[in-house]
Amino acid sequence: MDFTTVILVLDSALRLATPLLFACLAGLFSERSGIFDIGLEGKMLASAFFSASVAAFTGSVWLGLLAGMGASIFLALIHGVASITFRGNQLISGVAINFLASGVTVIVGQSWFSLGGRTPQLEGAARFQEITLPFAEALRGVPVIGPIYADLISGHSILVYAGFAAVALSWWVLYRTRFGLRLRAVGENPEAVDTAGISVIGLRYTATIICGALCGLAGTYLATGLAAGFVREMSAGRGFIALAALIFAKWRPGYALLACLLFGLLEAMGNRFQNIDVLGINVPTQFMQALPYILTVVILAGFVGRAIPPRAGGEPYVKER
Amino acid sequence: MQAEQAEASGRPVPAIELRGISKAFGPVQANRDISLTVMPGTIHGIIGENGAGKSTLMSILYGFYRADAGEIFIRGRKTEIHSSLDAIRAGIGMVFQHFKLVPNFTVLENVILGAEDGPLLRPSLAKARGLLRQLAEEYELQVDPDALVEELSVGHQQRVEILKALYREADILILDEPTGVLTPAEADHLFRILKGLKEQGKTIILITHKLREIMAITDTVSVMRRGEMVATVQTAETTPEQLAELMVGRKVLLRVEKTPARPGEVVLEVENLRVTDEDGVERLKGITFELRAGEILGIAGVAGNGQSELLEVLGGITKGEGEVRLAGVPLALSGKGADGQSRRAFGIAHVPEDRQKLGLIMDFFAWENMIFGYHHDPAYQKNALMMDNTAIRRDAEEKMHRYDVRPPNAALQAKAFSGGNQQKIVLAREMSRKPALLLVGQPTRGVDIGAIEFIHQQIIALRDQGAAILLVSVELDEIMSLSDRIAVMFDGRIMGERLPGETDERELGLLMAGVAGEAA
Repeated sequence: MDFTTVILVLDSALRLATPLLFACLAGLFSERSGIFDIGLEGKMLASAFFSASVAAFTGSVWLGLLAGMGASIFLALIHGVASITFRGNQLISGVAINFLASGVTVIVGQSWFSLGGRTPQLEGAARFQEITLPFAEALRGVPVIGPIYADLISGHSILVYAGFAAVALSWWVLYRTRFGLRLRAVGENPEAVDTAGISVIGLRYTATIICGALCGLAGTYLATGLAAGFVREMSAGRGFIALAALIFAKWRPGYALLACLLFGLLEAMGNRFQNIDVLGINVPTQFMQALPYILTVVILAGFVGRAIPPRAGGEPYVKER
Repeated sequence: MQAEQAEASGRPVPAIELRGISKAFGPVQANRDISLTVMPGTIHGIIGENGAGKSTLMSILYGFYRADAGEIFIRGRKTEIHSSLDAIRAGIGMVFQHFKLVPNFTVLENVILGAEDGPLLRPSLAKARGLLRQLAEEYELQVDPDALVEELSVGHQQRVEILKALYREADILILDEPTGVLTPAEADHLFRILKGLKEQGKTIILITHKLREIMAITDTVSVMRRGEMVATVQTAETTPEQLAELMVGRKVLLRVEKTPARPGEVVLEVENLRVTDEDGVERLKGITFELRAGEILGIAGVAGNGQSELLEVLGGITKGEGEVRLAGVPLALSGKGADGQSRRAFGIAHVPEDRQKLGLIMDFFAWENMIFGYHHDPAYQKNALMMDNTAIRRDAEEKMHRYDVRPPNAALQAKAFSGGNQQKIVLAREMSRKPALLLVGQPTRGVDIGAIEFIHQQIIALRDQGAAILLVSVELDEIMSLSDRIAVMFDGRIMGERLPGETDERELGLLMAGVAGEAA
């Protein structure tokens, strides 16, 4: 494997990690506030569809982004109403949202575009374009650092950079701000928050909306950055992989970045090395492509050490008599 | 207006005045037309049995519930308290019985939660650190500000709760059953803190059902019974007996009446009993004692010195090493036969320390709870496949009447009963089969006075019928008044044995602290 290949695989890993990263952070905000969310997948899918559709209609990816985030936040609010206001079961609500998104995108897509649930191919300003960072071309000739800067770090869409910025921002919000302190508290012991005179419900809705917004970014990047349009079920389980990454990361932003990069790398390798020989044995393509999913199962089965979820997670808050 | 009038007349304005507070939960009238005046700079006790409405009243004051009727005056000013935030703004701080802390936050983070100065944490944390140091010196409220709350002892967690209130500049502090979870030493420390706060002019409301605490620390005491305020008296002018009578509404025996024990055959022999816990820590370090029929051996000690492990290993819940014989027959301490079921077959009944965890299934009905451990009894079987639920229910109701469980309704879930009545359900199950040996841990923890009297009488009655009783309690009063012999445990060992008539609290206290007396 030569240096160029390594750079190419890593470059692809960054792209593939981005939607996971947004979704993982989305789950982090929601679960840190005590609302389990297995509906990340559905929100991503809905936002992928609506962002691609609006981008296709208007030719503006930014309006697409707005629509994608709007759709995702709308679904997040449904989850919020069901699990916060009506104190329903958060898992069931999440499953329902996944089904809803899966069905609605295909039916509405077929009715709008008559392309079998796809949107038209997006081009030009209807997609997020790659950004070339300053001096990328000038530095390309420099050994080692040149290709790393020009090919790996430069040349991604703005959402990839936003994803990395979101990690730092999430950490800062969670650990350095009043809102973060309260958010972490409400996921651990909502009674402490309530008796301190802060609204548990308000905090949880805020977290749910943030979760929706971040899922919206994830879905939009999927349809307008990574791909050039919407294809049915294009989220392909990434919402669940993001959940696995969240557990792997023990609900911390920094670790979430590492976990998502690992999943991204596995997916990139699966795509790149369709046929490889390990010690003379041919590893089938299917195995390579299944790698991220295998890791997901391993993580969810608890093989990565003890991960303590937020203590009040999954339980609706009821004022004690 | 009113404040000015009072000031002009030279009388101090009450810190809190409640007028005609009423609150109902459905058909249950938790508070009925309650009026209460608390003077500033005093410690005001509110005493009453469980369910008398003390906690409801304080929850109204703290904005957790809204009263159906009535007015609240804080420092002479009529105040509407709709939420905890209103209460905090009015200078009221509350220390709940079950702490409202975030376990994986540091002390500092817990203290500033909800009282941050701005959107960023750093300045608030710095300010709180300084203030905490100051408060620690002033009131003996030392806590490591950077420690995680989950790693603190219960006593220290309580200090964090008090610090939270003081950080919010509360000058009226309400404490709900604050000593329930504390060791005697921790409780003493708490009382010193409260006295210090009082000297600084703070007003303290202490809710409790322990008469001793009321007598020891309060200036004024108000008594509640069945949702009503029945009396407010100066502590110095009353007696525990009078307060107990006001609480229960009838005369109560505070001392247990019992005849001298007539010990018979040796029932339980324990030799060099050892227990090592999951972390490899030795909890029992070679315990040896004998227990005869018709006597009560009280095990005194500060919680966590091996008493729980002793009960659990004898009850077949944990494994141990050494020798234990019941009426001469060795009991299995590990492997086959070392379980609660086998122990019951031997005639050993066990009233565990934590009734909600080990004694009952809270979501199950009383009649179901009444047969656990004895469910193989042929009297409960209809045929080879089915249980005779009618018989079980009838049996349960009969026992509930006999053991004065209120209400005597076997169709209620265990969690629907008050603590004292839950305990009576466990006692009814374990004692009504006339066991040869009764293991009983903390029989009256969280139980109100009227029920304590009843439970003590039942234990004595069982002894007089010839049962051997091993009593573990952290309440020294209880040990002193029930036991025929007292053994004191410290650090997994028995420090000494005393006769209740020949010892006093001071000597037992020293043994409990690990200071050995002359050889027992």
